[in-house]
Amino acid sequence: MRFAPTEEQTEFAAATGALLADTCPPSAVAAAWGGEVGRHTGLGDGDGRIRAAWDALVEMGVNGILVPEQQGGLAMSLDHLVGVLEECGYSALPDPVADSAGVVAHSLGQCSDTAPDVGAVNDTLAAVAAGSTVVSGFGSSPLVASATTADTLLMFTRDPTRVDPDAPADPAADRVVLLDRSEVDLEPVESVDGSRALARVRWDAASGACVAQGSAASALTDEAFLVAALADSALLVGLGRAMIDLTVSYVGERKQFGVPVGSFQAVKHHLADAALAVQFAEPLVRNAAHLMSGGVAVEAPGSIPTDSRSVAVSAAKARSSDAAKKVTETALQCHGAIGYTVEADLHLFMKRAWALARSHGDSAFHLKRVRRQLLAG
Amino acid sequence: MDLTWSDSEQAFRQECRSWLEGNVPAGGLDSGDTAEGFARHLEWEHQLHEARWSVVSWPEAYGGRDASLWEWLIFEEEYYAAGAPQRITQNGIFLLAPTIFEFGTPAQQDHYLPRMSAARDLWCQGWSEPNAGSDLAGISSRAVRDDEAGGWRLSGQKTWTTRGAFCTHLFGLFRSDPGSERHRGLTYFLVPLDAEGMTVRGFGRLDGDEGFAEVFLDDVFVPDDDGTTATMERGGILGGVDEGWGVAMATTSSERGLTLRSPGRFRATAARLVDLARDRRGESADSVLDAVTEAWLDAEAYALYTLADVTDLSEGRSPGARSSYNKVFWSEMDLRLHRAALDLLGAEAELDGGWMKGYEFALSGPIYAGTNEIQRNIIAERVLGLPRK
Ligand SMILES: Cc1cc2nc3c(=O)[nH]c(=O)nc-3n(C[C@H](O)[C@H](O)[C@H](O)COP(=O)(O)OP(=O)(O)OC[C@H]3O[C@@H](n4cnc5c(N)ncnc54)[C@H](O)[C@@H]3O)c2cc1C
Repeated sequence: MRFAPTEEQTEFAAATGALLADTCPPSAVAAAWGGEVGRHTGLGDGDGRIRAAWDALVEMGVNGILVPEQQGGLAMSLDHLVGVLEECGYSALPDPVADSAGVVAHSLGQCSDTAPDVGAVNDTLAAVAAGSTVVSGFGSSPLVASATTADTLLMFTRDPTRVDPDAPADPAADRVVLLDRSEVDLEPVESVDGSRALARVRWDAASGACVAQGSAASALTDEAFLVAALADSALLVGLGRAMIDLTVSYVGERKQFGVPVGSFQAVKHHLADAALAVQFAEPLVRNAAHLMSGGVAVEAPGSIPTDSRSVAVSAAKARSSDAAKKVTETALQCHGAIGYTVEADLHLFMKRAWALARSHGDSAFHLKRVRRQLLAG
Repeated sequence: MDLTWSDSEQAFRQECRSWLEGNVPAGGLDSGDTAEGFARHLEWEHQLHEARWSVVSWPEAYGGRDASLWEWLIFEEEYYAAGAPQRITQNGIFLLAPTIFEFGTPAQQDHYLPRMSAARDLWCQGWSEPNAGSDLAGISSRAVRDDEAGGWRLSGQKTWTTRGAFCTHLFGLFRSDPGSERHRGLTYFLVPLDAEGMTVRGFGRLDGDEGFAEVFLDDVFVPDDDGTTATMERGGILGGVDEGWGVAMATTSSERGLTLRSPGRFRATAARLVDLARDRRGESADSVLDAVTEAWLDAEAYALYTLADVTDLSEGRSPGARSSYNKVFWSEMDLRLHRAALDLLGAEAELDGGWMKGYEFALSGPIYAGTNEIQRNIIAERVLGLPRK
């Protein structure tokens, strides 16, 4: 029994964190908003620093963590990736590491022998490891972050958040395809988080390179959705930590009534609650990553028989989304008016958290998934 | 990450399980916070001791099994899953014993620990006083030096003493340096409750059971330790004279951390809650079923968090002030678990059943073992590093 990352995983994550602290400071995130910060004028990388951070991550091997060795990757597990994603969240990196290195690499890795278009799958895996930007979307016209800068899109016909669980869709109708950016209809839209490079993607399920169809596509969609929700969860834990640290440091310096505002008990208790929420969400994320990496769930008496992977991921996403939402409001309140501006860094983290807390299923959606399994018997 | 149990841990689990299956009293016991119930619980403690289950993580010489922390967790899981009785000995074995292991002389360890594991000495905790609750350093009970008789004379009043009316011994803090203030000049004493000058008055807690006591000390004599059994039977000092604060803090960290409240207990409650929710699914509002799910998730999160904690402890990383996170979380989780159950029961909740009684007890979790307000101060100041003043 050992509930902790390996030494290698801890070191890899720490190295990623150190690299991002250098290459992706809040000012670089703000620059990625494009035009004037706080206005939704620009999409994409403002001053090139985010691109440089991406290149540095590629160099480190981050993008190939899940990619098989044959395609130039490190063939490591999601266990390994979540620690890295927490660091990406911690620095509010706008790049789609979670998508390229997570959802896409994992999904394509699952069908690198079985896909109708094996060639496209393996080429894309190799491209991911080499730093190509590949993002994913669920449903016929999803909102996809970083779509405007992506090289390739991995699209799933079914959006699991929209399917009525009481009336499961026909698996035969599912299809998963790879499309070039030029093959989809991109409508850039403004996100509350201006660094998201968000677009509505309309696409034709009959086009592109086929990754899976029918029941294989259905299984792959469910699997990819779990990875997407897990990856969001890891980012949210990192964002939560970052906002707590930013706030702790601010309230230690800001003085009112002649003392740091952080010495007031009301402020202390707000922050203690925020820290508690993140603290108890993280083990759920680590557990979900372990199960998604093929690990065995811990055995305990009276465990309720459930599909442990999907329950574990939903637990992680529900709790990390709630924790991050709580932290945003706490952090803002403890900052006071300075937090209510686009001049302080806090908003960069808050807005990302708002977006991720509701992408790939919000906490109510995931709670309901857990509930259905728990109370089914 | 490796979330599998080793063969020997599995075997240990099996051994716990089969013993418990054969021995846990069917239908449970009456509350251990009443005189009759306490007597039945005492028999149970003797039964546990005879089968060497009373203190699994202690050395064999003191009645334990030298079990690892992991095995201790397994034992707790099986214990609560089997619906075994509450541990009336817990304030001794979980709060005092770790302190004796750390600060006791070898003679004290040999004297007190076997008697504790055998439930011959039953310990209560004498910290709070009428004017010193959260502010423990504000106690006024005193220990006066009597050189002539060769010992100390204790006077004062302790209160909220859990099961004081049924226990045999008290551990507590007394001001031994009359000129001292706050946390200096305190000494950690061990005293038998049948000593001359000791008066104990039991009284009802919120649930009506006589689980609380006031303990009055009037010139209770504790002789200096000469290492003999005869002396130790009349009490003693743990750690040095005037050094009681540091010794007591060692006890609070085990109280706040995981030794007092292992995840097995909450998982067992969560499993019962889920059973209840399945029965009443049809007539319950979605919001209540969501609250059940949230409470179950809490128990899962706490169990996983504990695995991470025990991993750290086993690899020599001490949780330190982080144990305040545990205390706040488990106590508030226990409330959520019971609140959800009462909501499922609806109007029937007021019938004085197990869930209502459990809820009444859960309400005390945020108060004892350092209130949750105090814990939040500790999290903010010692973990997050916010300024004290
Ligand atoms: C079920 C139960 C069992 C107990 N068993 C024992 C026992 O066996 N032995 C024993 O010695 N004691 C025992 N206690 C007593 C327990 O330790 C005290 O209740 C606890 O320390 C709080 O003290 P108090 O009740 O005097 O509350 P107070 O300290 O008077 O606090 C009242 C309120 O003020 C708040 N408050 C106080 N100080 C601060 C501060 N600095 N910052 C913010 N808020 C503050 C508290 O959080 C609380 O909400 C038990 C209590 C209960 C409920």
